[in-house]
Amino acid sequence: MTLMLLLEMAAGANPQRTAIGSVGAGLSYEELHRRSMAAANLFRSGNAERVVLCDESSEAVPIAIFGAAAAGLPYVPLNYRLPDNELRSLATRAAPAIAIAGQAETERLCSVEGIEPVESCTLFEPDAKPLGSESPADPPDNSIDPDDIAVMLFTSGTTGAPKSAVLRHRHLQSYVFGSVEFDGAGEDEATLISVPTYHIAGVSAILSSVYAGRRIVQLPRFDADDWIDAVEREGITHAMVVPTMLARIVEALDRRGGDPILGLRVLSYGGGRMPLPVISRALDLFPITAFVNAYGLTETSSTVALLGPDEHRLAHYSDDPDEKRRLMSVGVPLPDIEVTIRDDTGQDLSAGRAGEIHVRGAQVAGEYLETGSTLDSDGWFPTHDSGFIDHGGYLFVQGRNDDIIIRGGENMSPGEIEDVLLTHPGIHDVAVIGIPSSDWGESILAAIVPVAETPSTVELQEFVKERMRSSRVPEHIVAVDKLPCNDTGKILRRVLRVRFSSLGDHTY
Amino acid sequence: MVELKPGAKFQSTVCSTQVIVVKGSGPADLCCGGSPMVGAGSQANDGMPADNASGGTLLGKRYTDEGGSIELLCTKAGPGSMTVGDSALDVAQAKTLPASD
Repeated sequence: MTLMLLLEMAAGANPQRTAIGSVGAGLSYEELHRRSMAAANLFRSGNAERVVLCDESSEAVPIAIFGAAAAGLPYVPLNYRLPDNELRSLATRAAPAIAIAGQAETERLCSVEGIEPVESCTLFEPDAKPLGSESPADPPDNSIDPDDIAVMLFTSGTTGAPKSAVLRHRHLQSYVFGSVEFDGAGEDEATLISVPTYHIAGVSAILSSVYAGRRIVQLPRFDADDWIDAVEREGITHAMVVPTMLARIVEALDRRGGDPILGLRVLSYGGGRMPLPVISRALDLFPITAFVNAYGLTETSSTVALLGPDEHRLAHYSDDPDEKRRLMSVGVPLPDIEVTIRDDTGQDLSAGRAGEIHVRGAQVAGEYLETGSTLDSDGWFPTHDSGFIDHGGYLFVQGRNDDIIIRGGENMSPGEIEDVLLTHPGIHDVAVIGIPSSDWGESILAAIVPVAETPSTVELQEFVKERMRSSRVPEHIVAVDKLPCNDTGKILRRVLRVRFSSLGDHTY
Repeated sequence: MVELKPGAKFQSTVCSTQVIVVKGSGPADLCCGGSPMVGAGSQANDGMPADNASGGTLLGKRYTDEGGSIELLCTKAGPGSMTVGDSALDVAQAKTLPASD
């Protein structure tokens, strides 16, 4: 029982249907299966213990994922955008490994001990000399334990050194079996993958789409105009984006004249807080698209909760403040997932009360190679995200626990203040952090990216005071050119804290 | 009798049907085509499903017992149909979740 079973089933149901690429020009499921088996032979031929992928999106990614699964080796995607020293350091942690890499990355990795680079194109180019045997020789499928490691992902390290999150075959398979209907996609459906290869969604999207029988089209790297063009050219019906991508898509569509996109049936988003102005504008620019907000973590094999299409439209058009607010929620847990909110002492909290989000289910791994399992004795995984569940069962995620500001003994999440400031017409983007204060423990600082002229501090403080409790009013407001982000758009608050902590009246 | 546990794979002995256990644990009198199922890959299938157990299995469908304590996912289809003890396993309603990735 390995992830290869998903592809075997898909190839059994629709051998000739296009799995990856443009209709007629791409790889069929049968061809993807054959090439994955050949890749598995290649991966097993040396002394590699892992299969590293270090490249932009291409057909090599699904071939490497399924080939590694069939070979019984963990698949380890690396962030090719990292500087040389960091990339080499992560590669060393994956060695001994075969590394499927782009041309430039092949050169960057070849000096790393225990890494054997192979150029990505060898896995899929029709005229490339096959490295592995083309015949599917005795796949050791039954010898691979569901408890074996299928995927290792280095966490993005927004708070410290990257850790290797471990996902076993049983976790990812439970996720797919529990959330995707086999062969459920029509032959005309196609999904556009634009998240980076080293993001959990870059892995889960391939597994889900193959199992559903939905054609995959890949953008090598995200660009808003390329994304819009690909949606129209390739007849894309499904896509997943992170909030910064949607913000850029909305900007690009407005720049192009604001014509609505009608062909896209489902647009799912996740991986961070979605600013209300962005999602509201997107609902207008994609008037008949079904929006899905998915919440999940690398450690939970991707999605654990989602806000479905009908709830988006209901909330968008509702006058009821509780229903309208649900546009900012991540919806309800998947059928096979349990969610609870706990306080610092581990007590479950009732509806409406904020604490740490805990999740439980067969897809939840919650394990790192360095530190082992972080599940408690009953199988609950502490996400380190703070949030609450409303009286209707909708989950709201407020942000990372580490980002919570404690001012005068009162806990507040930066996100709630950011959401208010983002509705100010003079603010393009904002991040809120706590800085040291001897009076309050922490005081609130808002780093804003103004649209043009920077609004005055007094004006912005009044703006917040009219809409929130006075304890939420930022003491400090600073204008910046742009916010420090990692490449999936997560704000690096620790960078801001270092930069602005001197504005506090002491240091930590 | 086979020992069910999530992730375990079983095959029919009289048709091409194969399943993976999604839910359920412990011993079960699991049959396909009227004959006991065995661990996948442990033997070749041979013969024909019995007449009263030849409704067939469908690739990718989930099969459950009446109480919902057992759930099997069909990973290879075949002409036999499955039973646990005296009761037939039927196709479970597909969950309709929107694509999230």
